[in-house]
Amino acid sequence: MNVQSSDRVLAHSPAPEPVVIRERGQREVFCGLTAIVWLHRRIQDAFFLIVGSRTCAHLMQSAAGVMIFAEPRFATAIIDDRDLAGLADANEELDRVVNRLLERRPEIKMLFLVGSCPSEVIKLDLSKAAERLSKQFTPDVRILNYSGSGIETTFTQGEDNCLASLVPECPVQSETSPASLLVVGTLADVVEDQFRRLFAEMGIVEVAFLPARTSGDLPALGPNTHFLLAQPFLTETARLLKERGCNHLSAPFPLGEEGTTAWLQAAATAFEISAEVFAQTTEMPRARARRAIAHYRDQLDGKRLFFFPDSQLEPPIARFLAHETGMKLLEVGTPYLNQQLLQPELDLLGNDVILSEGSDVEAQLDRCRQAEPDLVVCGLGLANPLEAEGIATKWSIELVFTPIQGYEQAGDLAELFARPLTRRGKLKV
Amino acid sequence: MQLAMWTYEGPPHVGAMRIATAMDGLHYVLHAPQGDTYADLLFTMIERQGKRPPVTYTTFQARDLGSDTAHLFQKAAKDAYKRFKPQAVLVGASCTAELLQDDPGGLAASSDLPVPVVPVELPAYQKRENWGASETLLKLARTFAGPNSDGTSDGKSCNLLGPTALGFRHRDDVVELTNLLAALDIEINVTAPLNATPADLARLPQADFNVVMYPEVASATAQWMQRQFGMPFTTVVPIGVGATREFIGEVARLADVDADHLLSSDLSQLPWYSRSVDSNYLTGKRVFVFADATHAIAAARICTEELGFKLVGLGSYSREFSREVREEAERHGLEALITDDHMEVEEAIEALRPELVLGTQMERHIAKRFGIGCAVISSPVHVQDFPARYSPQMGFEGANVIFDTWVHPLTMGLEEHLLTMFREDFEFGSDQVPSHLASEGETRGEEPPASVSANDVIALSWQSDAEQELKKVPFFVRGKARRNTEKFATEQGLSTITLETLYDAKAHFSR
Ligand code: SF4
Repeated sequence: MNVQSSDRVLAHSPAPEPVVIRERGQREVFCGLTAIVWLHRRIQDAFFLIVGSRTCAHLMQSAAGVMIFAEPRFATAIIDDRDLAGLADANEELDRVVNRLLERRPEIKMLFLVGSCPSEVIKLDLSKAAERLSKQFTPDVRILNYSGSGIETTFTQGEDNCLASLVPECPVQSETSPASLLVVGTLADVVEDQFRRLFAEMGIVEVAFLPARTSGDLPALGPNTHFLLAQPFLTETARLLKERGCNHLSAPFPLGEEGTTAWLQAAATAFEISAEVFAQTTEMPRARARRAIAHYRDQLDGKRLFFFPDSQLEPPIARFLAHETGMKLLEVGTPYLNQQLLQPELDLLGNDVILSEGSDVEAQLDRCRQAEPDLVVCGLGLANPLEAEGIATKWSIELVFTPIQGYEQAGDLAELFARPLTRRGKLKV
Repeated sequence: MQLAMWTYEGPPHVGAMRIATAMDGLHYVLHAPQGDTYADLLFTMIERQGKRPPVTYTTFQARDLGSDTAHLFQKAAKDAYKRFKPQAVLVGASCTAELLQDDPGGLAASSDLPVPVVPVELPAYQKRENWGASETLLKLARTFAGPNSDGTSDGKSCNLLGPTALGFRHRDDVVELTNLLAALDIEINVTAPLNATPADLARLPQADFNVVMYPEVASATAQWMQRQFGMPFTTVVPIGVGATREFIGEVARLADVDADHLLSSDLSQLPWYSRSVDSNYLTGKRVFVFADATHAIAAARICTEELGFKLVGLGSYSREFSREVREEAERHGLEALITDDHMEVEEAIEALRPELVLGTQMERHIAKRFGIGCAVISSPVHVQDFPARYSPQMGFEGANVIFDTWVHPLTMGLEEHLLTMFREDFEFGSDQVPSHLASEGETRGEEPPASVSANDVIALSWQSDAEQELKKVPFFVRGKARRNTEKFATEQGLSTITLETLYDAKAHFSR
């Protein structure tokens, strides 16, 4: 079958660069609202109020699956016919909903008004609303807004926009304060603690994380702030941090032994940590990570892998799997390829990898079947249909819900990919 | 604007997807942004379907707005036709696209597709999932239904209307009813939408009557066919033994067949199981029901007439059928709870303290938090509610399934005795939950006493022997026993609760 429903461009630049298939067709990914599922667990005193439709509410409960809490810290203000009749009403209605919500939940210290496709199409100005409501609720509750809409954001970009909305709220670092390190991107608490210990052992003590566990914990920013991205999808947040004068430490991402070491090295270099201290600090956990990964090498070595675009985590994870487990990369899809932030990863990936940016799901499925992969990384909508065709899959959503960064999780990351293959080996039915 | 943490129904286009996904040979082109593709996982993950729903989303982005979303739609429709070669194309808009007013119907019509194009307009800011399913089925029937039966029919054929994808036990209900009707020599002309093609829909009027399996989805279509073709339809939903018998009577009249042989044989175990002595303990168990209208009404009847429970609450999120639910509630001396706010349902359950909750996936979570047994009887459901084994709700086998699944969460007769006998044993603390209720090894203590309103704050103290005795009351009614005793003591002007007070109160409130 040769139906092409996308505008495909084969971008072949003269320099020895990897092939990038650029596609603009139908997508099969979540919108940025979904990031709320992990963001609300991380920022423990924040509430996320989606201003959207019944579809947005339904997406959230379907994506969050069985995680229904007595009083979850996210909800949807569902726009209805009456709101569409006149915009003044919609604003009043929003104020009413927010007032009721905050009355009920006095423990909430930060409220995000999250824009959706419907709120953006009807041009309901959530930044004005946040400003208006902030006046009313200062200083008890900070009210911010960002877009998680499907017309503006893909999946993990929701986190990028959320963190970007926090940057202007961060205080200004005094010029005389010592150099500090800021780690940007949601990490599991256990991973944050491990990184803190490693930095402390190296002698880097001024370390902050964005987002922090509580909303009031906003780091001071300025030219003495060096920041490391813990996640590859933080394009806008990185841009705003640079505007605030912060210094980006370009590095591969902390996935696997190699990535974690290079990532820590970037901080060590900026803080002028000696090679001996760095080696001393990292030697043991590096060896542990290698041992943990080795358990899965037999199952993964030489296995052929195909990535559908989903989280933007695909290139660093592909690099980890190729270098440290011996998997063969057939195609690495990503919804958006930020060449600049990902340059260190692309350097490690080399030139013979096939990348694809954007999406045209039908064309991609055709290529996937033709490539006959041993394992496919894809979203929840595609997994069972591919399994039913006899193709093993790994749900990409697990990569954002599971702690996978750092040395101690490198083995777990390999295991995520080994599990579907091991399982297939066991089943005799 | 309505604040929602959880919704019982999705948007109306998900209802249309449930129709399209149930059918063969139909493809749905949906004008929608990328995030709306989440709906695929409802079918592939929750229902474990091995194929993608037949839906193409245009996935327009902000940069497309104003310029060429219309063009995008046309291209998506053409590409989808080329790739999937359906017999017909359903077209529509999700909530966002509705605001763009691109007119998918008109655009698709002008795309010169070589197959029929069926536009469905589903107002996303007013209506919900079940309405969307109903409207879509009606639209498809109106489009495809061919001429009336040619008169050669012997009056003994019917259509089964209503089973969809993602429906609660729809697939098994179809098998059960097909067998039941076969036993009456009634032939199934078309089952729709499940596994029907547009061509099958053309044959709908050839049947003599319609069986409305799920009124939420099928009533509108059956009513239209009655007006259009004079086809009668069934009004009894055969869930439960009594309703199944009535249903048999109804179809026997419609098809003019003799049903005596079916009505005189014991085809369900439910009546005997319910009469057997172990079931004595089921008598008067307090049950709260919340579901779609069809399953809520059926459950109310089964609970009271077939299991001997006491119905303490009845409600539904199906606003379109609120009249029917209210009428059923009145029959039981109750006021129906019609809402789609799960917090209201939670409050009702908390206030009523039932011993069993029959509800949806949401009530399962609520009941779990309160430590009350629960069985799921209606959509919305989760993956575990699509069991591998055959488990219909309708017909005689459905009644067997219902007996097992509703009785199971309650303390079993024998186990209830054992709990009482051994509760003082060291390894059997008074907080012990019956084995079938404890999930993941959790145990549950006594519910905290309900907050007392300000004017009855008389310091009530419990004497230790009374307190000890209270611990012997089964955990799931202990909170209520405490509240009743305190209420009784307050009314009597007592400040100390003795063993005597406890039993006086019990006598006072005994039902
Ligand atoms: S894509 Fe848009 S309309 Fe759909 S769920 Fe996401 S924000 Fe809501």
